[in-house]
Amino acid sequence: MINFEYIKPNSIKAAVEAHTKEKSASFIAGGTNLVDLMKKGVESPTRLIDINGLPLKQISSDNEGIRIGALSLNSDLAEHETVKEKYPLLSMALLAGASPQLRNMATVGGNILQRTRCLYFYDATLPCNKRNPGSGCAAIGGYNRMHAIFGTSNQCIAVHPSDMCVALSALDASVTLNGAKTNRTLTLQQFLRLPGDEPELDNQLQKGELITEVSVPSNDFNKYHYIKIRDRASYAFALVSVAVAMQTNGKTIQKIQLAMGGVAHQPWRLTAVEKMLVGKQMNRENFEIAATLAMEGARGFGQNNFKIKMGKAAVLEALLKAAGI
Amino acid sequence: MFMDTSQHNNSRRNFLKKTTALATLAIAGPVIAKAGEKDEQIAALFEKMPLQLEVNGKPYQLTVEPRTSLLDFLRETLKLTGTKKGCDHGQCGACTVHVDGRRINACLSLAIMNNGKKITTIEGIAKGNQLHPMQEAFIKHDGFQCGYCTPGQIMSAIACVKEGNAGSPEQIRECMSGNICRCGAYPNIVDAIMDVKKGGQVI
Repeated sequence: MINFEYIKPNSIKAAVEAHTKEKSASFIAGGTNLVDLMKKGVESPTRLIDINGLPLKQISSDNEGIRIGALSLNSDLAEHETVKEKYPLLSMALLAGASPQLRNMATVGGNILQRTRCLYFYDATLPCNKRNPGSGCAAIGGYNRMHAIFGTSNQCIAVHPSDMCVALSALDASVTLNGAKTNRTLTLQQFLRLPGDEPELDNQLQKGELITEVSVPSNDFNKYHYIKIRDRASYAFALVSVAVAMQTNGKTIQKIQLAMGGVAHQPWRLTAVEKMLVGKQMNRENFEIAATLAMEGARGFGQNNFKIKMGKAAVLEALLKAAGI
Repeated sequence: MFMDTSQHNNSRRNFLKKTTALATLAIAGPVIAKAGEKDEQIAALFEKMPLQLEVNGKPYQLTVEPRTSLLDFLRETLKLTGTKKGCDHGQCGACTVHVDGRRINACLSLAIMNNGKKITTIEGIAKGNQLHPMQEAFIKHDGFQCGYCTPGQIMSAIACVKEGNAGSPEQIRECMSGNICRCGAYPNIVDAIMDVKKGGQVI
């Protein structure tokens, strides 16, 4: 690992300033992704700004929703009483991600900012438009079993590996960003980008900006499920995952929000399926139509073609499980 | 009182280090090696930062390069080689230690970011000659074969029970998923943890 200057400021202002003034600076919180990337030589910041001294660990809730400090640990958030009671989908997704050791290190802000990536991004000897813009994509036509089936471009087909973000997307979460001159809030879905012609950009974060808070609006969902299909029973990235939250009255779906993981450069929100299912009855027939609709526009790259079939089955299973059928 | 880390017992590890150094000298020649050493010393003056932390109940005040992982710091600087380096990328759990009572992967943590914290490693869980109940249970149930992953398994297992996640074999398997054992001692590891959980000792 190339050495760097290490500083630990104790105010957001000082942290943002330290970032703005250094060309190649990185914030570090849990470090579970960044340290790994630095070891591989994929990232080599000249200044590392440790933000663990900033007051961003609090979790608070009211009638509007829940506000989660960006430095809250994944493990703490998963076990938080309010989260388990009112946002169980978020807790389920968090516990499906990484390992207990990593959840004790990884923060909420860091989970969102982990790189959208694939094995070629990690291998500095091979082309990757995300790591080295313009060098090409080795995954297209290469080993692409883990890769995206939605929202791809001819530049990049990597997926965002977070489970937490899939639940946050389904729950309409927002991120608050603080910069030297900015203080803005974007929905998570707006914040995390698709690759397009700039696959090197995973999100809308500008130079010097810091995620300070994640908020989830309150809701009246009464049925949830998070399903994650992976190569082993635990501690592996999703091949496909689905988060579903439903508000029902008897058998009628009044409101439904769904997102998929492991299939795109960002959590993949299934808005067409949501529109189709509102007002419908919860039954296998409707859910099968919904699952077929969910895969409309999916495109495989050879080795990941199985994700189209698996995705359909996962959406169906998530809906059936949430409905208790 | 701070620990002086310059004195070490003559162990197999020290012997290996000395012989490696001799081999390097033989290849590179004494002049180059000395010049390199000087460069290292000068660079270190600028690059090392003060670090104060507690490991297994002992306070340390040292300096460290910011890029040093907590794992390398424990193994190379403090010579606490019980914590193992498996993958060095957070995928195997061999480096599991407790920081302020919570288990983490020491390979993905920078030592400097642990300033002021209390670290517990595998060397710090026995009381003198009396093994920790989890160590006893791993022996009793044959919870290892080659033993390389075992320090990490035991540190994770202790945390698993403390976190209240050792209620059933299924729950244990899930909460131990961050620790890989290539010998496949998993069934016996689960048995060992169940045994400690049932024993109800304060761990």
